[in-house]
Amino acid sequence: MLEIKNVRKTFNPGTINEKKALNGIDLRLEEGDFVTVIGGNGAGKSTMLNMIAGVYPVDCGSICIDGEDITHLSEYKRAKYLGRVFQDPMTGTAADMQIEENLALAARRGKRRTLRKGITAKERKEYRELLKLLDLGLEDRMTAKVGLLSGGQRQALTLLMATLKKPRLLLLDEHTAALDPKTAKKVLDITEEIVEKNQLITLMITHNMMDAIRVGNRLIMMHEGQIVVDVRGEEKKKLTIEQLLQMFEASSGSHFASDKAILSK
Amino acid sequence: MEIISQLFSALPGSVSQGLIWGIMAIGVYITYRILDVSDLTVDGSFATGGAVAVMLILNGSDLWLAMLLAFLAGMLTGAITGGLHIFMGIPPILAGILTQLSLYSINLKIMDKANQSVNVNQTDLLISLRWVKEFALHNPLITVGIILVLLIAVLYWFFGTEMGCSIRATGANVQMSRAQGINTNFNKVLGIMISNGLVAFSGAFLAQYQGFADVKMGQGAIVIGLAAVIIGEALFGKIFKNFALRLLSVVLGSVIYYIVIQAVITMGLDANMLKLLSAVIVAVFLAIPYWKKQYAQRHMFRKGKGGAENA
Ligand SMILES: Nc1ncnc2c1ncn2[C@@H]1O[C@H](COP(=O)(O)OP(=O)(O)OP(=O)(O)O)[C@@H](O)[C@H]1O
Ligand SMILES: [Mg+2]
Repeated sequence: MLEIKNVRKTFNPGTINEKKALNGIDLRLEEGDFVTVIGGNGAGKSTMLNMIAGVYPVDCGSICIDGEDITHLSEYKRAKYLGRVFQDPMTGTAADMQIEENLALAARRGKRRTLRKGITAKERKEYRELLKLLDLGLEDRMTAKVGLLSGGQRQALTLLMATLKKPRLLLLDEHTAALDPKTAKKVLDITEEIVEKNQLITLMITHNMMDAIRVGNRLIMMHEGQIVVDVRGEEKKKLTIEQLLQMFEASSGSHFASDKAILSK
Repeated sequence: MEIISQLFSALPGSVSQGLIWGIMAIGVYITYRILDVSDLTVDGSFATGGAVAVMLILNGSDLWLAMLLAFLAGMLTGAITGGLHIFMGIPPILAGILTQLSLYSINLKIMDKANQSVNVNQTDLLISLRWVKEFALHNPLITVGIILVLLIAVLYWFFGTEMGCSIRATGANVQMSRAQGINTNFNKVLGIMISNGLVAFSGAFLAQYQGFADVKMGQGAIVIGLAAVIIGEALFGKIFKNFALRLLSVVLGSVIYYIVIQAVITMGLDANMLKLLSAVIVAVFLAIPYWKKQYAQRHMFRKGKGGAENA
């Protein structure tokens, strides 16, 4: 369970570049929640995920996972609760290291790194099986450098790494946005499969409204650093893009300002 | 003919120096290539190693204990650079320069003066340039050669452990490393410490080899280290893929560097011009990847234009 209370964040306070990115976020995610997050450019979606992950400190408010207050835990320490996939395929993997080495690093998330072997023969077998499930042919290239993979392959690998040690929360920040439509669909399918199989609480930012409606059991919309729409269950499934835009205009008093989102409906 | 025979008789000495500096070059490889940090502490920590070893030996310490303490002193200098970077937010290059500068004073304090000699006739030493042509364990070629094999084996093992892999990951991608729960700050400090430990260890060998430690003995060490790394990669990068072999190629790079320097001196180059020559060589080699990229881009651009004309 994730509980965020009154989280605020202002970048560059007191300067002409001052930017209120988060304006009092309250959010509670329960077991089985797969939440899609939409909103215009600069609405604060990425910032919200970065706050949960501890990339920057919050100005105020609290973040709890399963009742434990992680608000002031450093990024690497709270990583044990979190699986993360980023928009840029380069970010989630180490290009200069082998596929299996990347997986072995991820398998040790949340554990102390000792002087034991960085990767064992037993692990290699397990990784081979897991990579087979992705159906991208990676199981035969386990000692290849990740830098040689395509963007889609890297995102699929990052997904696997994020969930290799089951996280309490999976954070996806537009992780299909940099891919071509066909690859994006494949990676999204893999995402749904993995989330389903592991029953992960998930927050997924997307610019694709269709995906936002179709995937998951709950949808939130952000505007100017606040959550302005929160629909779930049956109501969410029946949503149309037009309704969504109307809801947005009603609650924020402005037009939905994202060309990408409109275009991708 | 004269020159060739001179070169040949100087060869054991050049190779010995190359091997000794090769240890330092491995230290540079760890920061420059694995951690992706340019650490300039080395010019100071190299002399620290020499100073610590010589003073201990003069005070009757066990020789290997002196080597160990020189290594630890080097790690300490690395901890200071790492600390300046991590806890005070100073960029690594500047942090290294600050440590290097302060080490100049500290090394003077350790030695009490700018130069301290250890005479092979009066003191027992692990190696000395006087023994380069002897067939015995204390021949620098043999002692340093064996130490290098052991060092490469230990580093190969270490960088394959969970901790070692996490250090490599830190250098490869900090964001990813943090997301995977790796304490990247700690790893950076640890990596810089190990690197400078090796650098000081190398300085401790060189001081015995040449029979003295000098506050200036590390001047330009970083350039020699980079030269070794770059020469090693340029010559063996295509065939040596394995990590242990990569470390070996750095050592070979250092040996080749010293043979070339020796050759240039034998052919009559003014020894005062050596540092300039080294700097120019390193600058050119550092520029090669950049030039290659530029060339490739221009090439692509032309091809692109050609395509448009055809269409
Ligand atoms: N590190 C930072 N420093 C300064 N300002 C920032 C920083 N990160 C984000 N911002 C600002 O905070 C606001 C929210 O940004 P955020 O990245 O969260 O938006 P987003 O909803 O993810 O938008 P997008 O759809 O474009 O990704 C933006 O105005 C952005 O410029
Ligand atoms: Mg964003």
